[in-house]
Amino acid sequence: MSDEKILLTEKKNGVGIITLNRPERLNAFNDELSFQFQDALKEMEKDKEVKAIILTGAGRGFCAGQDLQARGISQDSGEKTSLGESIRRRYNPMVIKMRRMEKPMIAAVNGVAAGAGMSLALLCDYRIVTDKVTFIQSFTKVGLIPDTGSTFILPRLIGYTKAFELMLSAEKFTAQEAMEFGLVNKIVAEADLMKEATALAEKLALGPTKAFGLTKRALNRAIFPDLEELLEYEAQLQEIAGRSEDFAEGVKAFVDKRTPVYKGK
Amino acid sequence: MTMTTYKNILTAKEPVPGLNGVNIGVVTLNRPTVLNALNNELMEELVSALSDHDKDSTVRVIVLTGSERAFAAGADIKEMSDETTVSIMLKDRFATWDRIRNIKKPIIAAISGYALGGGCELTMMCDMIVASESAQFGQPEINIGVIPGAGGTQRLTRAVGKYKAMELIMTGRPFTAQEALAMGLVNRVVPTELYLDEAKALAFELSQKSPIALQLAKEAVLKSYDGTLSEGLQFERKNFYMLFSSEDQKEGMKAFIEKRKATFNGR
Repeated sequence: MSDEKILLTEKKNGVGIITLNRPERLNAFNDELSFQFQDALKEMEKDKEVKAIILTGAGRGFCAGQDLQARGISQDSGEKTSLGESIRRRYNPMVIKMRRMEKPMIAAVNGVAAGAGMSLALLCDYRIVTDKVTFIQSFTKVGLIPDTGSTFILPRLIGYTKAFELMLSAEKFTAQEAMEFGLVNKIVAEADLMKEATALAEKLALGPTKAFGLTKRALNRAIFPDLEELLEYEAQLQEIAGRSEDFAEGVKAFVDKRTPVYKGK
Repeated sequence: MTMTTYKNILTAKEPVPGLNGVNIGVVTLNRPTVLNALNNELMEELVSALSDHDKDSTVRVIVLTGSERAFAAGADIKEMSDETTVSIMLKDRFATWDRIRNIKKPIIAAISGYALGGGCELTMMCDMIVASESAQFGQPEINIGVIPGAGGTQRLTRAVGKYKAMELIMTGRPFTAQEALAMGLVNRVVPTELYLDEAKALAFELSQKSPIALQLAKEAVLKSYDGTLSEGLQFERKNFYMLFSSEDQKEGMKAFIEKRKATFNGR
């Protein structure tokens, strides 16, 4: 194990900052990062001095989602993991924690937000992004279904029509397009991102945070009353997709940097 | 141990991951050309296969399933259409069914497709029910001028209450897995591709428990179907006390105090 920290946390003026720190992998999630992120969320939730939370990524990317080269995912590496189980252990607890967190969470999106990395941004309450950011619902590209809450969060945020299109096309879209869909709060210059996010977080931290928490609780009830049930359903469907020949081909093609040939099986 | 082979069903043992020498039993109804219609021969074979697993000390839990298309579409009507009251009584076809009640180990039903009439009643004789999204339940006997005869009027009523049971038995309409879940008739509904895996996973989970405790738990829960509450409570207490003479109770409580996972040997 290396000494380099793959997740950084800091706390200042009532604001907690969580930074995903695997820049060489565009902050993609491996097992370790998923669990460290879950722990960090738990700590920030308990910490009474933290009134608002910023989530960001180190380096060029915000978060590239699941690291397809992590052990067990790439099927070349021998043992096959159950994607359903992986989602239940690694991703769903994180989704639930972020939604149930009665403190505003601000995604300071500094670079590409792909797959579960895009979900991470969607799970926050605010999205401030730089003008260079791209989003992508990359899941179907490798023969999977959108997960980490994407299948219900995205359509509930921007409507079915656009959500379905983005999921099936699995093509990048820009910060400007995201703004048109109503997916982001503000687009800022790269140099101003953390300044803007921090200013917002510090302002929120001085507000009636109890009422903010209750507001989030009410919105959760209104928009995600079935959160756990739908997450479990995603895990089940991803389990099916994860066993498909198309997924094996998708990952193989991704690693080999070639175009996959799908059979619909 | 070699397994008996049957004409209308398949039977197998699968090792429980992480537990050496411990298995689950899997019994599969297999008359695909008639959607697993339950004739006498199949029922005889089924009881025999279930009893084999029940006696097999390496088996802790039994999964009962059919095919993705049909668990069992009902009783074999052709076998019955010409019966008279006297002839059908004398054949006593339900005596075979009654023997399923003697199985001591937990039986988990893994249901996909049709579970109609006798198929629905057989499902309800199991201890837990895992259904696929495409499972379809129903007691359609009313439509051919009879009523459920293998426990349907009693078990469905106890599971879902008088009014729903009346509706389902008197209209004979089929109902979906989701509806069954909402009524409390099934434990879980999962996508069709996963129903058997889900049932096995549940069987593996139960296999970690003390088999004696499972047996006495099953007995006590089933007792609540018969007789009064005070009888049932007495029965439960007797079973509770009885477990204190088992090694599994000693091990289970010791492991709890020592904050480790218990290993049950079934004694």
